[in-house]
Amino acid sequence: MIRAAVAFGATLLVLFIAIPLATLYAHLSPGRFAALITSPDALSALRISLVTTACSLALTLLLGTPLAYVLARGRFAGRDVVDAIVDLPIVVPPAVAGLALLFAFGKYGLAAPMLGPLHVQLAFTTAAVVLAQVFVGAPFYVRAARTGFASVERVYEEASATLGMGPLRTFARVTVRLAMPALAGGAVLAWARSLGEFGATIMFAGNLPGVTQTLPLAVYLGLENGDVDLAAALAVVLVTVALAIVVLARLLERRSA
Amino acid sequence: MIELRVSKTLREFTLDVDLAFDRGVTLLVGPSGAGKSTLLRIVAGLDRPDAGRVMLDGRVLHDSRVDVPAFRRDVAYVFQEYALFPHLDVLDNVGYGLAARGASRSAQSTAARAWLERLGIGALAKARPRELSGGERQRVALARALAWKPRALLLDEPFAALDETLRLRVRDELRATLASLDVPVVLVTHDESDAIAFGGPIVRLERGRVAESSRL
Repeated sequence: MIRAAVAFGATLLVLFIAIPLATLYAHLSPGRFAALITSPDALSALRISLVTTACSLALTLLLGTPLAYVLARGRFAGRDVVDAIVDLPIVVPPAVAGLALLFAFGKYGLAAPMLGPLHVQLAFTTAAVVLAQVFVGAPFYVRAARTGFASVERVYEEASATLGMGPLRTFARVTVRLAMPALAGGAVLAWARSLGEFGATIMFAGNLPGVTQTLPLAVYLGLENGDVDLAAALAVVLVTVALAIVVLARLLERRSA
Repeated sequence: MIELRVSKTLREFTLDVDLAFDRGVTLLVGPSGAGKSTLLRIVAGLDRPDAGRVMLDGRVLHDSRVDVPAFRRDVAYVFQEYALFPHLDVLDNVGYGLAARGASRSAQSTAARAWLERLGIGALAKARPRELSGGERQRVALARALAWKPRALLLDEPFAALDETLRLRVRDELRATLASLDVPVVLVTHDESDAIAFGGPIVRLERGRVAESSRL
Protein backbone atom coordinates (compact mmCIF):
# COMPACT_ATOMS: atom_id res chain seq x y z
CA MET A 1 0.00 0.00 0.00
CA ILE A 2 2.73 2.44 1.03
CA ARG A 3 4.81 1.19 -1.86
CA ALA A 4 2.05 1.92 -4.32
CA ALA A 5 1.57 5.42 -2.86
CA VAL A 6 5.27 6.18 -3.13
CA ALA A 7 5.39 4.88 -6.68
CA PHE A 8 2.36 6.96 -7.61
CA GLY A 9 3.74 10.14 -6.08
CA ALA A 10 7.14 9.62 -7.68
CA THR A 11 5.64 8.96 -11.09
CA LEU A 12 3.45 12.01 -10.81
CA LEU A 13 6.38 14.31 -10.08
CA VAL A 14 8.57 12.89 -12.82
CA LEU A 15 5.75 13.24 -15.36
CA PHE A 16 5.03 16.75 -14.11
CA ILE A 17 8.59 17.69 -15.02
CA ALA A 18 8.93 15.66 -18.20
CA ILE A 19 5.61 16.27 -19.94
CA PRO A 20 5.66 20.09 -20.13
CA LEU A 21 9.21 19.98 -21.49
CA ALA A 22 8.23 17.32 -24.00
CA THR A 23 5.29 19.40 -25.22
CA LEU A 24 7.77 22.08 -26.29
CA TYR A 25 9.19 19.57 -28.76
CA ALA A 26 5.71 18.56 -29.93
CA HIS A 27 4.65 22.14 -30.62
CA LEU A 28 6.49 22.56 -33.92
CA SER A 29 7.04 20.45 -37.00
CA PRO A 30 10.72 19.91 -37.85
CA GLY A 31 10.39 22.07 -40.96
CA ARG A 32 8.79 24.96 -39.06
CA PHE A 33 11.38 24.63 -36.32
CA ALA A 34 14.21 24.82 -38.85
CA ALA A 35 12.69 27.90 -40.47
CA LEU A 36 12.16 29.70 -37.15
CA ILE A 37 15.54 28.89 -35.70
CA THR A 38 17.30 30.30 -38.76
CA SER A 39 15.30 33.52 -38.72
CA PRO A 40 17.36 36.70 -38.11
CA ASP A 41 15.82 37.27 -34.67
CA ALA A 42 16.62 33.75 -33.51
CA LEU A 43 20.13 33.80 -34.91
CA SER A 44 20.80 37.14 -33.26
CA ALA A 45 19.68 35.86 -29.85
CA LEU A 46 21.68 32.68 -30.38
CA ARG A 47 24.77 34.66 -31.28
CA ILE A 48 24.46 36.95 -28.27
CA SER A 49 23.93 34.03 -25.95
CA LEU A 50 26.98 32.20 -27.28
CA VAL A 51 29.24 35.24 -27.21
CA THR A 52 28.19 36.46 -23.76
CA THR A 53 28.29 33.03 -22.10
CA ALA A 54 31.74 32.40 -23.62
CA CYS A 55 32.93 35.70 -22.14
CA SER A 56 31.31 35.09 -18.76
CA LEU A 57 32.75 31.57 -18.61
CA ALA A 58 36.22 32.89 -19.42
CA LEU A 59 35.91 35.54 -16.70
CA THR A 60 34.60 32.98 -14.24
CA LEU A 61 37.49 30.58 -14.90
CA LEU A 62 40.07 33.36 -14.78
CA LEU A 63 38.89 34.89 -11.50
CA GLY A 64 37.18 31.90 -9.92
CA THR A 65 40.04 29.41 -10.18
CA PRO A 66 42.49 31.28 -7.92
CA LEU A 67 39.67 32.11 -5.52
CA ALA A 68 38.59 28.48 -5.30
CA TYR A 69 42.18 27.40 -4.67
CA VAL A 70 42.64 29.95 -1.91
CA LEU A 71 39.35 28.88 -0.33
CA ALA A 72 40.40 25.23 -0.49
CA ARG A 73 43.98 25.64 0.73
CA GLY A 74 44.46 29.01 2.36
CA ARG A 75 44.09 29.69 6.04
CA PHE A 76 43.17 33.30 6.60
CA ALA A 77 40.88 35.36 8.76
CA GLY A 78 37.47 35.82 7.21
CA ARG A 79 37.62 32.75 5.01
CA ASP A 80 34.16 31.69 6.12
CA VAL A 81 32.84 35.15 5.29
CA VAL A 82 34.34 35.03 1.79
CA ASP A 83 32.93 31.54 1.39
CA ALA A 84 29.45 32.73 2.32
CA ILE A 85 29.61 35.78 0.04
CA VAL A 86 30.54 33.60 -2.90
CA ASP A 87 27.58 31.32 -2.22
CA LEU A 88 25.08 34.18 -1.93
CA PRO A 89 24.12 34.59 -5.61
CA ILE A 90 22.91 30.98 -5.63
CA VAL A 91 20.10 31.87 -3.23
CA VAL A 92 19.55 35.56 -4.01
CA PRO A 93 16.64 36.02 -6.49
CA PRO A 94 18.03 36.94 -9.94
CA ALA A 95 15.88 40.07 -10.15
CA VAL A 96 17.42 41.26 -6.88
CA ALA A 97 20.87 40.52 -8.27
CA GLY A 98 20.00 42.65 -11.31
CA LEU A 99 18.84 45.52 -9.14
CA ALA A 100 22.02 45.26 -7.06
CA LEU A 101 24.16 45.38 -10.20
CA LEU A 102 22.23 48.40 -11.39
CA PHE A 103 22.80 50.17 -8.08
CA ALA A 104 26.50 49.34 -8.27
CA PHE A 105 27.31 49.83 -11.95
CA GLY A 106 24.34 51.80 -13.30
CA LYS A 107 24.48 55.36 -14.63
CA TYR A 108 24.00 56.81 -11.13
CA GLY A 109 25.41 53.80 -9.29
CA LEU A 110 28.21 53.38 -6.81
CA ALA A 111 30.89 53.04 -9.52
CA ALA A 112 29.56 55.96 -11.58
CA PRO A 113 32.19 58.45 -10.30
CA MET A 114 34.86 56.07 -11.58
CA LEU A 115 33.17 54.91 -14.79
CA GLY A 116 31.69 58.28 -15.79
CA PRO A 117 34.96 60.16 -16.47
CA LEU A 118 36.13 57.19 -18.54
CA HIS A 119 32.89 57.39 -20.56
CA VAL A 120 32.21 53.79 -19.68
CA GLN A 121 28.54 52.93 -19.66
CA LEU A 122 27.87 49.40 -18.44
CA ALA A 123 24.15 49.09 -17.83
CA PHE A 124 22.07 48.05 -20.86
CA THR A 125 25.11 46.94 -22.86
CA THR A 126 26.36 43.54 -23.91
CA ALA A 127 28.99 43.86 -21.17
CA ALA A 128 26.16 44.11 -18.64
CA VAL A 129 24.81 40.78 -19.88
CA VAL A 130 28.23 39.24 -19.23
CA LEU A 131 28.46 40.76 -15.75
CA ALA A 132 25.00 39.49 -14.82
CA GLN A 133 25.97 36.02 -16.02
CA VAL A 134 29.21 36.02 -14.04
CA PHE A 135 27.32 37.17 -10.96
CA VAL A 136 24.80 34.32 -11.04
CA GLY A 137 27.00 31.63 -12.62
CA ALA A 138 30.43 31.98 -11.00
CA PRO A 139 29.37 30.61 -7.58
CA PHE A 140 28.55 27.26 -9.16
CA TYR A 141 32.06 27.02 -10.54
CA VAL A 142 33.81 28.29 -7.42
CA ARG A 143 31.93 25.81 -5.20
CA ALA A 144 32.80 22.84 -7.37
CA ALA A 145 36.40 23.94 -7.90
CA ARG A 146 36.90 24.53 -4.19
CA THR A 147 35.79 20.98 -3.43
CA GLY A 148 37.93 19.66 -6.27
CA PHE A 149 41.08 21.45 -5.09
CA ALA A 150 40.47 20.38 -1.48
CA SER A 151 40.41 16.76 -2.59
CA VAL A 152 43.88 16.94 -4.20
CA GLU A 153 46.32 15.49 -1.71
CA ARG A 154 49.07 17.91 -0.80
CA VAL A 155 51.77 15.30 -1.12
CA TYR A 156 51.45 15.42 -4.92
CA GLU A 157 52.19 19.14 -4.89
CA GLU A 158 55.11 18.51 -2.54
CA ALA A 159 56.43 15.75 -4.78
CA SER A 160 56.25 18.11 -7.75
CA ALA A 161 58.18 20.77 -5.83
CA THR A 162 60.96 18.41 -4.75
CA LEU A 163 61.30 17.36 -8.39
CA GLY A 164 62.02 20.97 -9.31
CA MET A 165 58.67 22.25 -10.58
CA GLY A 166 57.82 25.78 -9.45
CA PRO A 167 54.48 26.67 -7.81
CA LEU A 168 52.68 27.90 -10.94
CA ARG A 169 53.75 24.96 -13.06
CA THR A 170 52.91 22.58 -10.22
CA PHE A 171 49.47 24.15 -10.07
CA ALA A 172 48.93 23.67 -13.80
CA ARG A 173 50.52 20.24 -14.17
CA VAL A 174 49.41 18.57 -10.96
CA THR A 175 46.74 20.42 -8.99
CA VAL A 176 44.52 21.45 -11.88
CA ARG A 177 44.96 18.12 -13.62
CA LEU A 178 43.96 16.15 -10.55
CA ALA A 179 41.01 18.45 -9.85
CA MET A 180 39.95 18.52 -13.51
CA PRO A 181 36.73 16.47 -13.28
CA ALA A 182 35.44 18.80 -10.56
CA LEU A 183 36.60 21.92 -12.43
CA ALA A 184 34.97 20.77 -15.66
CA GLY A 185 31.75 19.86 -13.86
CA GLY A 186 31.65 23.26 -12.17
CA ALA A 187 32.39 25.06 -15.42
CA VAL A 188 29.55 23.23 -17.18
CA LEU A 189 27.10 24.13 -14.41
CA ALA A 190 28.22 27.77 -14.35
CA TRP A 191 27.91 28.02 -18.12
CA ALA A 192 24.45 26.45 -18.03
CA ARG A 193 23.33 28.85 -15.33
CA SER A 194 24.66 31.77 -17.38
CA LEU A 195 22.95 30.54 -20.53
CA GLY A 196 19.60 30.39 -18.75
CA GLU A 197 20.09 33.71 -16.95
CA PHE A 198 17.01 35.92 -17.26
CA GLY A 199 16.09 37.99 -14.21
CA ALA A 200 19.37 39.78 -13.53
CA THR A 201 19.93 40.31 -17.24
CA ILE A 202 16.59 41.98 -17.95
CA MET A 203 17.02 44.25 -14.91
CA PHE A 204 20.63 45.23 -15.53
CA ALA A 205 21.04 44.84 -19.28
CA GLY A 206 17.51 45.23 -20.61
CA ASN A 207 16.03 43.40 -23.57
CA LEU A 208 17.56 45.03 -26.62
CA PRO A 209 17.52 42.83 -29.73
CA GLY A 210 21.00 42.44 -31.15
CA VAL A 211 22.63 43.97 -28.07
CA THR A 212 21.45 42.34 -24.86
CA GLN A 213 18.73 39.99 -26.01
CA THR A 214 19.88 36.49 -25.13
CA LEU A 215 17.91 33.29 -25.80
CA PRO A 216 15.84 33.34 -22.59
CA LEU A 217 15.00 37.00 -23.16
CA ALA A 218 13.99 36.25 -26.74
CA VAL A 219 11.70 33.48 -25.50
CA TYR A 220 10.04 35.98 -23.18
CA LEU A 221 9.75 38.65 -25.85
CA GLY A 222 8.42 36.14 -28.37
CA LEU A 223 5.55 35.32 -26.05
CA GLU A 224 4.97 39.02 -25.26
CA ASN A 225 4.74 39.85 -28.96
CA GLY A 226 2.44 36.93 -29.64
CA ASP A 227 5.06 35.01 -31.59
CA VAL A 228 4.56 31.78 -29.65
CA ASP A 229 6.18 29.65 -32.35
CA LEU A 230 9.44 31.58 -32.17
CA ALA A 231 9.39 31.34 -28.38
CA ALA A 232 8.84 27.59 -28.63
CA ALA A 233 11.65 27.11 -31.14
CA LEU A 234 14.12 28.96 -28.94
CA ALA A 235 12.85 27.08 -25.90
CA VAL A 236 13.56 23.79 -27.66
CA VAL A 237 17.16 24.91 -28.19
CA LEU A 238 17.52 25.76 -24.51
CA VAL A 239 15.95 22.54 -23.26
CA THR A 240 18.11 20.48 -25.58
CA VAL A 241 21.24 22.19 -24.32
CA ALA A 242 20.04 21.67 -20.75
CA LEU A 243 19.49 17.99 -21.44
CA ALA A 244 23.00 17.65 -22.86
CA ILE A 245 24.42 19.41 -19.82
CA VAL A 246 22.63 17.18 -17.33
CA VAL A 247 24.03 14.14 -19.11
CA LEU A 248 27.53 15.66 -19.32
CA ALA A 249 27.51 16.67 -15.65
CA ARG A 250 26.60 13.11 -14.70
CA LEU A 251 29.42 11.69 -16.79
CA LEU A 252 31.90 14.07 -15.17
CA GLU A 253 30.56 13.23 -11.72
CA ARG A 254 31.05 9.56 -12.40
CA ARG A 255 34.61 10.15 -13.56
CA SER A 256 35.52 12.12 -10.47
CA ALA A 257 33.96 9.54 -8.12
CA MET B 1 77.45 16.87 2.13
CA ILE B 2 74.30 17.92 3.98
CA GLU B 3 74.97 19.98 7.07
CA LEU B 4 72.15 21.06 9.30
CA ARG B 5 71.89 22.66 12.66
CA VAL B 6 68.24 23.38 13.24
CA SER B 7 65.55 23.55 15.87
CA LYS B 8 61.81 23.39 15.45
CA THR B 9 59.09 23.17 18.07
CA LEU B 10 56.91 20.17 17.41
CA ARG B 11 53.75 19.18 19.25
CA GLU B 12 55.34 17.13 22.03
CA PHE B 13 58.98 18.15 22.00
CA THR B 14 61.51 20.34 20.26
CA LEU B 15 63.48 18.99 17.35
CA ASP B 16 67.03 20.15 17.99
CA VAL B 17 69.84 18.62 15.97
CA ASP B 18 73.31 19.35 14.67
CA LEU B 19 74.16 16.82 11.98
CA ALA B 20 76.16 16.23 8.84
CA PHE B 21 75.36 13.60 6.23
CA ASP B 22 78.30 12.72 4.05
CA ARG B 23 78.22 11.12 0.63
CA GLY B 24 76.80 7.60 0.77
CA VAL B 25 73.86 6.17 2.65
CA THR B 26 73.08 7.21 6.22
CA LEU B 27 70.26 5.51 8.08
CA LEU B 28 68.16 7.79 10.23
CA VAL B 29 66.45 5.56 12.77
CA GLY B 30 64.31 5.97 15.84
CA PRO B 31 60.80 5.32 17.08
CA SER B 32 57.77 6.67 15.24
CA GLY B 33 57.20 10.32 16.01
CA ALA B 34 60.82 11.05 16.94
CA GLY B 35 61.03 13.83 14.36
CA LYS B 36 62.74 11.86 11.59
CA SER B 37 60.32 12.81 8.84
CA THR B 38 60.28 16.43 9.94
CA LEU B 39 64.06 16.46 9.69
CA LEU B 40 63.88 15.17 6.11
CA ARG B 41 61.17 17.68 5.24
CA ILE B 42 63.34 20.51 6.57
CA VAL B 43 66.24 19.42 4.36
CA ALA B 44 63.93 19.18 1.34
CA GLY B 45 62.37 22.58 2.02
CA LEU B 46 58.89 21.19 2.68
CA ASP B 47 58.97 22.39 6.31
CA ARG B 48 60.78 25.35 7.82
CA PRO B 49 62.83 25.17 10.99
CA ASP B 50 62.22 27.81 13.66
CA ALA B 51 65.92 28.56 13.68
CA GLY B 52 69.17 27.23 12.32
CA ARG B 53 70.91 26.58 9.06
CA VAL B 54 70.72 23.95 6.33
CA MET B 55 73.55 23.60 3.84
CA LEU B 56 74.16 21.32 0.89
CA ASP B 57 77.63 21.06 -0.60
CA GLY B 58 78.54 24.41 0.92
CA ARG B 59 75.42 26.18 -0.42
CA VAL B 60 73.04 27.67 2.11
CA LEU B 61 69.55 26.24 1.63
CA HIS B 62 68.13 27.87 4.73
CA ASP B 63 69.28 30.26 7.40
CA SER B 64 67.89 33.38 9.04
CA ARG B 65 68.11 35.34 5.78
CA VAL B 66 67.88 32.76 3.01
CA ASP B 67 65.18 30.20 2.33
CA VAL B 68 65.63 28.39 -0.94
CA PRO B 69 62.23 27.00 -1.99
CA ALA B 70 61.92 23.23 -2.35
CA PHE B 71 61.79 23.37 -6.13
CA ARG B 72 65.21 25.05 -6.31
CA ARG B 73 67.05 22.79 -3.86
CA ASP B 74 67.87 19.86 -6.14
CA VAL B 75 67.09 17.53 -3.25
CA ALA B 76 65.15 14.42 -4.26
CA TYR B 77 62.55 12.98 -1.90
CA VAL B 78 60.93 9.56 -1.94
CA PHE B 79 57.68 9.80 -0.02
CA GLN B 80 56.35 7.11 2.27
CA GLU B 81 53.41 6.26 -0.01
CA TYR B 82 55.54 7.26 -3.03
CA ALA B 83 53.14 9.98 -4.25
CA LEU B 84 53.40 8.91 -7.88
CA PHE B 85 51.31 11.24 -10.03
CA PRO B 86 48.14 9.24 -10.73
CA HIS B 87 47.36 11.12 -13.96
CA LEU B 88 50.74 10.39 -15.56
CA ASP B 89 52.10 7.09 -16.82
CA VAL B 90 55.31 5.63 -15.40
CA LEU B 91 57.50 7.19 -18.09
CA ASP B 92 56.11 10.69 -17.50
CA ASN B 93 56.40 10.24 -13.74
CA VAL B 94 60.06 9.35 -14.06
CA GLY B 95 60.71 12.12 -16.61
CA TYR B 96 59.00 14.76 -14.45
CA GLY B 97 62.15 16.13 -12.83
CA LEU B 98 63.75 16.54 -16.23
CA ALA B 99 60.64 18.24 -17.58
CA ALA B 100 60.93 20.65 -14.67
CA ARG B 101 64.44 21.48 -15.84
CA GLY B 102 63.34 22.14 -19.39
CA ALA B 103 64.61 18.91 -20.95
CA SER B 104 63.08 17.98 -24.31
CA ARG B 105 60.48 15.22 -24.52
CA SER B 106 62.99 12.88 -26.10
CA ALA B 107 65.67 13.61 -23.50
CA GLN B 108 63.12 12.99 -20.74
CA SER B 109 62.04 9.75 -22.31
CA THR B 110 65.59 8.50 -22.90
CA ALA B 111 66.71 9.16 -19.34
CA ALA B 112 63.51 7.77 -17.86
CA ARG B 113 63.73 4.61 -19.93
CA ALA B 114 67.35 4.09 -18.92
CA TRP B 115 66.40 4.26 -15.25
CA LEU B 116 63.44 1.94 -15.69
CA GLU B 117 65.70 -0.59 -17.44
CA ARG B 118 68.29 -0.26 -14.72
CA LEU B 119 65.68 -1.02 -12.07
CA GLY B 120 64.24 -3.90 -14.07
CA ILE B 121 60.85 -2.33 -14.81
CA GLY B 122 61.33 -1.24 -18.42
CA ALA B 123 58.16 -3.04 -19.44
CA LEU B 124 56.05 -0.78 -17.23
CA ALA B 125 56.79 2.49 -19.05
CA LYS B 126 53.22 2.99 -20.25
CA ALA B 127 51.49 1.73 -17.09
CA ARG B 128 49.60 4.00 -14.70
CA PRO B 129 50.65 4.05 -11.04
CA ARG B 130 47.37 2.42 -9.92
CA GLU B 131 48.20 -0.62 -12.04
CA LEU B 132 51.49 -1.25 -10.23
CA SER B 133 52.31 -3.47 -7.26
CA GLY B 134 53.84 -1.98 -4.14
CA GLY B 135 57.36 -3.03 -5.09
CA GLU B 136 56.98 -1.62 -8.59
CA ARG B 137 55.73 1.68 -7.22
CA GLN B 138 58.74 1.92 -4.98
CA ARG B 139 61.07 1.41 -7.91
CA VAL B 140 59.24 3.98 -10.03
CA ALA B 141 59.45 6.46 -7.15
CA LEU B 142 63.19 5.81 -6.90
CA ALA B 143 63.67 6.21 -10.65
CA ARG B 144 61.67 9.45 -10.56
CA ALA B 145 63.87 10.75 -7.75
CA LEU B 146 67.14 9.88 -9.47
CA ALA B 147 66.51 10.46 -13.18
CA TRP B 148 67.40 14.17 -12.97
CA LYS B 149 70.63 13.66 -11.01
CA PRO B 150 69.75 15.31 -7.69
CA ARG B 151 72.46 16.56 -5.32
CA ALA B 152 70.99 14.60 -2.43
CA LEU B 153 68.40 11.87 -1.96
CA LEU B 154 66.02 11.55 0.97
CA LEU B 155 63.84 8.48 1.51
CA ASP B 156 61.06 8.51 4.08
CA GLU B 157 60.22 4.98 5.27
CA PRO B 158 60.60 3.50 1.78
CA PHE B 159 59.49 0.04 2.95
CA ALA B 160 56.49 1.05 5.03
CA ALA B 161 54.03 0.50 2.20
CA LEU B 162 55.32 -3.01 1.42
CA ASP B 163 54.41 -6.36 2.92
CA GLU B 164 57.00 -8.38 4.78
CA THR B 165 58.16 -10.82 2.07
CA LEU B 166 58.48 -8.09 -0.52
CA ARG B 167 60.21 -5.85 1.94
CA LEU B 168 63.34 -7.98 2.24
CA ARG B 169 63.78 -8.30 -1.50
CA VAL B 170 63.18 -4.62 -2.14
CA ARG B 171 65.59 -3.74 0.64
CA ASP B 172 68.41 -5.67 -0.98
CA GLU B 173 67.69 -4.11 -4.35
CA LEU B 174 67.53 -0.64 -2.90
CA ARG B 175 70.75 -1.11 -1.01
CA ALA B 176 72.52 -2.08 -4.22
CA THR B 177 71.11 0.90 -6.13
CA LEU B 178 71.85 3.41 -3.39
CA ALA B 179 75.40 2.12 -2.95
CA SER B 180 76.17 3.20 -6.52
CA LEU B 181 75.18 6.83 -5.91
CA ASP B 182 77.69 9.59 -5.43
CA VAL B 183 75.51 11.95 -3.36
CA PRO B 184 74.39 12.06 0.26
CA VAL B 185 71.49 9.67 0.84
CA VAL B 186 69.44 9.77 4.02
CA LEU B 187 67.04 6.89 4.58
CA VAL B 188 64.51 7.17 7.38
CA THR B 189 63.24 3.98 8.99
CA HIS B 190 61.72 3.02 12.32
CA ASP B 191 62.81 -0.60 11.80
CA GLU B 192 66.13 -1.53 13.42
CA SER B 193 66.58 -4.49 11.11
CA ASP B 194 66.79 -2.13 8.13
CA ALA B 195 69.64 -0.33 9.82
CA ILE B 196 71.52 -3.56 10.38
CA ALA B 197 70.88 -4.76 6.83
CA PHE B 198 72.18 -1.55 5.29
CA GLY B 199 75.33 -1.31 7.36
CA GLY B 200 76.86 2.12 7.02
CA PRO B 201 76.47 5.05 9.38
CA ILE B 202 73.43 5.35 11.59
CA VAL B 203 71.91 8.34 13.29
CA ARG B 204 69.40 7.56 15.99
CA LEU B 205 66.82 10.19 16.80
CA GLU B 206 64.76 10.17 19.99
CA ARG B 207 62.25 12.85 20.89
CA GLY B 208 63.87 15.31 18.55
CA ARG B 209 67.46 14.81 19.69
CA VAL B 210 70.35 12.78 18.35
CA ALA B 211 70.64 9.84 20.75
CA GLU B 212 73.38 8.08 18.86
CA SER B 213 75.51 8.74 15.82
CA SER B 214 77.77 5.94 14.71
CA ARG B 215 79.75 4.41 11.91
CA LEU B 216 79.45 0.66 11.85
